Amino acid sequence: MWTWFYKLASPPYVYGVAAAFAPWLLGVAAIALCYGLVAGLAIAPLDYQQGDAFRMIYVHVPSALLSLTVYTVMAAASAVALIWRIKVGHAVAAASAPIGASFTLAALVTGSLWGRPMWGTYWAWDPRLTSELILLFLYVGVMSLRSAFEDPARGDRAAALLAIVGVVNVPIVHFSVVWWNSLHQGATVVRLGAPRMPGSMLWPLLVMWLGFMFFYGAVLCTRLQGELLNRERQAAWVREAIKS
Amino acid sequence: MKVSAREAFMLIVHRELCLSFRRPEQLLQPLVFFLIVTTLFPLGLSLQLSLLRDISPGVLWTAALLSSLLSLDSLFKSDADDGTLEQLSLSGQGLTLIVVAKTCAHWLVTGAALVIASPIVATALGIPVAAFATMMLSLALGTVTLSWLGAIGAGLTIGLRRGNVLLSLIVLPLATPLLIFGAAATERAISGSSAAGALYFLASLCVFTCTLAPLAATAALRITLE
Repeated sequence: MWTWFYKLASPPYVYGVAAAFAPWLLGVAAIALCYGLVAGLAIAPLDYQQGDAFRMIYVHVPSALLSLTVYTVMAAASAVALIWRIKVGHAVAAASAPIGASFTLAALVTGSLWGRPMWGTYWAWDPRLTSELILLFLYVGVMSLRSAFEDPARGDRAAALLAIVGVVNVPIVHFSVVWWNSLHQGATVVRLGAPRMPGSMLWPLLVMWLGFMFFYGAVLCTRLQGELLNRERQAAWVREAIKS
Repeated sequence: MKVSAREAFMLIVHRELCLSFRRPEQLLQPLVFFLIVTTLFPLGLSLQLSLLRDISPGVLWTAALLSSLLSLDSLFKSDADDGTLEQLSLSGQGLTLIVVAKTCAHWLVTGAALVIASPIVATALGIPVAAFATMMLSLALGTVTLSWLGAIGAGLTIGLRRGNVLLSLIVLPLATPLLIFGAAATERAISGSSAAGALYFLASLCVFTCTLAPLAATAALRITLE
């Protein structure tokens, strides 16, 4: 167990793992996304209230879930990097931040496009929407803090600390629909007990979510390779890795 | 000569207070800014008192948030620039103690002053006198929390040349729960209903940051000072 953990602290090893995993993750993501899109957009039955517009769920919910997952991954990697002084953790956090920000932006955009026909407005100052917007600001803050320092090592640690402090927002976004009486619909999928959704609608959503997860993994592996190459550009293994 | 932690705390607070009272313009600037922002709103919107009363909690809290953000820059920066902070951190007292003392002093000269000045602004915005107690209590809890969040942000942005914009980008997202519950408490008090729920939430945020933010701010300083 511990040797495996120590290995994850070594940039060349992680670079190799990322390079090996990326194509497989991307393959699984492509299959899952293709199935999910076809099943969700064409095969799943119409919603009795929302009609065809409900199909936005197949992009909106996975993006929103991923925006939180990626933030959690980023904060966990930052914590690992700060506590055990593992540089790879900073690379994972730095590679994750733009991906997470993109998912957050995607969730906001698809949400407002969905809100227009359903609520009659693109935007409402509703707790869940607002806290998702704050999540986007947090991502932007972490990214700009990292790049603001001239010394990259210092920027890494400052951004890591901010990412950990910002974790308080994750449960706020997740539970805002439960705590406040909001315009946004309540939890339908991720809740204790049976999901409030028929299987023919639910399955494509779960597959889309899996597809998004694998897509995140694939992009993370690719970006992580770039980050590691850039951070370790003085090291001997980088020269070998580029040559081969 | 070894100084006990308690004495060191009092000494640092005393020093900070002395420094701010010797340069009163630094003390007054956030307050003047608070007054100006709250006067701009009625001028820009309309002079109807009923409309003003509806938006006054939001205006009051936004102005308070912005004006305390303005003063955060001075929390660690001047001491870090002339090396005082490094000397303090080498003094044998824990860095956390120094951070706590400096933040407490900072709250006394900015947050407490803001709370004391708030009735003037509230009168100008048409907030009834009956709501003053709740409003001031909510502002007191809120400014303490804000000083702590600001200490984290200020610690992280010490060495940066254009740290000001970044500081607001870091602190404002974290401060939004404060704005929401603070404005809600003030609004309830104006309409005459019980503000207890929002006040409890503010108090819990205050306790939460008082316990954990010193650690985070110390870690931030350790990263940026070195």
